[in-house]
Amino acid sequence: MPDEGLIFDRATAGAMACRLPECDVPAQPVGELLPAGALRDAPPVLPEVYEWDIVRHYTRLSQQCYGIDTGIYPLGSCTMKYNPRLHEDLAHLPGFSHIHPEQPAEQLQGALRLMRELEAMLCAIGGMDCVSLQPPAGAQGEFSALLAFRAYHTGRGQAQRTRIIVPDSSHGTNPASAARCGFTITHVPSGPCGLMGPAELRAALSDDVAGLMLTNPNTLGLFEREVEQICAMVHDAGGLVYCDGANMNALMGIARPGDMGFDAMHFNLHKTFSTPHGGGGPGAGPIGVKSILEPYLPVPRITERTDGTLDLDYDRAKSIGRVHTFLGNFGVLVRAYAYILSHGAQGLTEVTRRAVLNANYVRERLAEAFDIPHEGPCMHEFVLSAERQASEHGCRALDIAKRLIDLGIHPPSVYFPLIVHEAMMIEPTETETKQSLDGLVDAFLQVARECKESPDLVRGAPQTAYRTRLDEAKAARDLKLRAG
Amino acid sequence: MGRASVRDADSAAMMAALGVGSVDELFRTIPPELRLAGRMDLPGPLSDLEVEDRCRRLAATNLDGLTAPCFAGGGVYDHFVPATVSHLVARGEFTTAYTAYQPELSQGMLAALFEFQTMLCELTGMDVANSSLYDGGTALAEAVLVAAGSTRRSRVVVAGAVNPRYLECVRTLAGVTVDLVTVPAVDGHADLAAVALDAGNDCAAIVVQQPNYFGCLEPMQEVSALAHAAGALLIVSFDPVSLGLLGPPGHYGADVAVGEGGMMCGPMSLGGPGLGLFTCTRDLVRRMPGRVVGETVDTLGRRSYVNTLQTREQHIRREKATSNICTNQALCAVAAGIYLATMGPRGIRAVADLCLQKAHYAARAIAALPGFSMAFPEGPFLKEFVVRCPVPVGEIKARLAETGPFIGGVDVSSLLGDGHYMSVAVTEKRTRDEIDGFVRALGGVSRA
Repeated sequence: MPDEGLIFDRATAGAMACRLPECDVPAQPVGELLPAGALRDAPPVLPEVYEWDIVRHYTRLSQQCYGIDTGIYPLGSCTMKYNPRLHEDLAHLPGFSHIHPEQPAEQLQGALRLMRELEAMLCAIGGMDCVSLQPPAGAQGEFSALLAFRAYHTGRGQAQRTRIIVPDSSHGTNPASAARCGFTITHVPSGPCGLMGPAELRAALSDDVAGLMLTNPNTLGLFEREVEQICAMVHDAGGLVYCDGANMNALMGIARPGDMGFDAMHFNLHKTFSTPHGGGGPGAGPIGVKSILEPYLPVPRITERTDGTLDLDYDRAKSIGRVHTFLGNFGVLVRAYAYILSHGAQGLTEVTRRAVLNANYVRERLAEAFDIPHEGPCMHEFVLSAERQASEHGCRALDIAKRLIDLGIHPPSVYFPLIVHEAMMIEPTETETKQSLDGLVDAFLQVARECKESPDLVRGAPQTAYRTRLDEAKAARDLKLRAG
Repeated sequence: MGRASVRDADSAAMMAALGVGSVDELFRTIPPELRLAGRMDLPGPLSDLEVEDRCRRLAATNLDGLTAPCFAGGGVYDHFVPATVSHLVARGEFTTAYTAYQPELSQGMLAALFEFQTMLCELTGMDVANSSLYDGGTALAEAVLVAAGSTRRSRVVVAGAVNPRYLECVRTLAGVTVDLVTVPAVDGHADLAAVALDAGNDCAAIVVQQPNYFGCLEPMQEVSALAHAAGALLIVSFDPVSLGLLGPPGHYGADVAVGEGGMMCGPMSLGGPGLGLFTCTRDLVRRMPGRVVGETVDTLGRRSYVNTLQTREQHIRREKATSNICTNQALCAVAAGIYLATMGPRGIRAVADLCLQKAHYAARAIAALPGFSMAFPEGPFLKEFVVRCPVPVGEIKARLAETGPFIGGVDVSSLLGDGHYMSVAVTEKRTRDEIDGFVRALGGVSRA
């Protein structure tokens, strides 16, 4: 494919892509309406291009991208499942898309009803008492719940609880969100089976602990078997327990964080509930909490009036405040609502069952060619190690990932979790056929063979993508963050 | 819509390969006492037609801006977004991709974000833009945290009328680190003398919004001088569309300029997804939150793009990261880039100019109605202004929804004393007929 370049390279002086209407009200000179000092001296240097060039340029850029629509995307921890088209149409209904957040509740009853119902759905799925849909991403959900932990402890005269415990296998957002709330962080090492052990946890508990953040199943794709005891230990020590819900695709209809003893959790709607990830976002990270934390949830809350209509309640003295300018990423919420409605309880359970079946099938087929450090069965994802390929043939996880690109497959997550050497984290999701999974496996097995037979081919990959391997160090060293 | 199943032939073959007779065996690591005994209490499953019907019914009970011309602002504006935007961002290669962890497979997305960063720098006159935050309020919170980190001070002075929703975000998201001091506006503008008194040597930043929450223009040069005299940063919350006419923040010394860009991406969508715009000076780049795309080369020396400065980010730095943000609003940033490219330098100027003319036309007409007056007759303003109404704003908005219907302005009374102050926003989309109708409806409300 020829080099597409940037939109600026297509500029033609005098070209216009958009025609605005003539002013239909009596116009006054700008200078009479605004002070000269407030005006810009020269127009911004934006590209001057024709509409057909814009369409062609961004179409070509899109062709240099890989999405779920293109093929399998087994990026561990990210739950890259198919995004139904119906949901896109529904989010664009004028009654959902052309509404303003400052309209009175009376004019937004349908939107509030949808949100109220979605809150109840997420409560049922997570086993929680209340949900706030406001956090616009998972990390913001973590932050919101941990700030609620802080307010809860402070409200009980326990302001000395300033420490959050996370396992060493946790997502980076966990400690980062906790630090933003002013907590200090203690990392607890995982046990030999990849699970959090009560003994390791006990050593970290004391009366300054505000809580524990745990992903379940964890980032190795393993269910934390001792979770009930772990939650009880933290509770006995006066702390609260947070569930990073990134891996809910392994649990729907099977088990619920609320029943395991967790006090709060977030849902990644852009993972489990099939809203598209948009190359990085927007997503949504609603939080569910047990009733003891309900007073601290973000404002406004949706409340039901005695006549059955819905209202927004801003008057909540204990609330942590606002974590989004308005009501969260509403457009994302519409898609997740439609997804849950389409599936029902039985359908969501089936989603989880197929996701776990698919992951175990791929795991089984790769078990010989790669090291799989932890015993199965896995849940919805698993982590393998390319340690053997690295030490024996000099082909690291990153090399293998790049070679998979040549074979037409999006690589898995690499080098995460941090506790597995040469980690490759594979999450096929439920929306793949056996044929597609076999294609994934065959590609992995081919690369494993190539590591032995032609390691230079692997280390030199990718060769067939739009670009060969990038110099990422140069990007950070010779910083260039804009064109021109 | 198809649904995943474990009852198809594929599943049988995979179970056979795994040597299990039932998928349930794969869940054996979950202790039996933790297994959900019953079924989740959920509605559905519904067919596509039923889901669509239910959603259409819900949507129909909202008063939407296609039925009722929208005169509300306060951070969300009903601007025109050309068809190129919705069509191009709907391409599945963009919408169904994850963050570009494998840049060789995401060059198009990264290039589009790099273009967005470039155009945003052009528009704002700032050195650096990141590739998006959540929205205007959370972007302001991040800006305040950057200022506190770089100055090692914790007091932040808010000058004049900054969007109160934004300030609520700042208090929640930065309240652990930052002590927020608000200096209320006087006559619709920042009170420079009072700001000067508060901006002592312990001040990390002065925050100012341009145009401010009441729509008025602030004296940016003066506020900038005050901030820098105190050794503080100047943080500006801007409206990108206004920059078609107004001086860019970089030209009057902003150190961090943030804003809401949702109006460039698509319809209002109840204020979310929005687009958090974050720009800053070169000096602050390593403190910047969120993802940023940089240029590099591949092994053949070809110009390429990659998410860079990742050592600031949570997946590397964990609790020492500059921010906890992971998922952002990348697709919205691509949309904003397509918007700016479609508008071009003349289009963006024309939009701002149309807003200016139509807002002034509306303001003159409303101020001429009996009982109505401009709250800040001195202005100056661009597309939004506050009127004092003869009856409480809540009543007016309810009546406007019946007569017309119209989506009324934002009730800003809580900032101005009693229940009679409404901000009115007029974008380029509002026709003379719509404005005249709106003014007539307002007149009718006051007579009733």
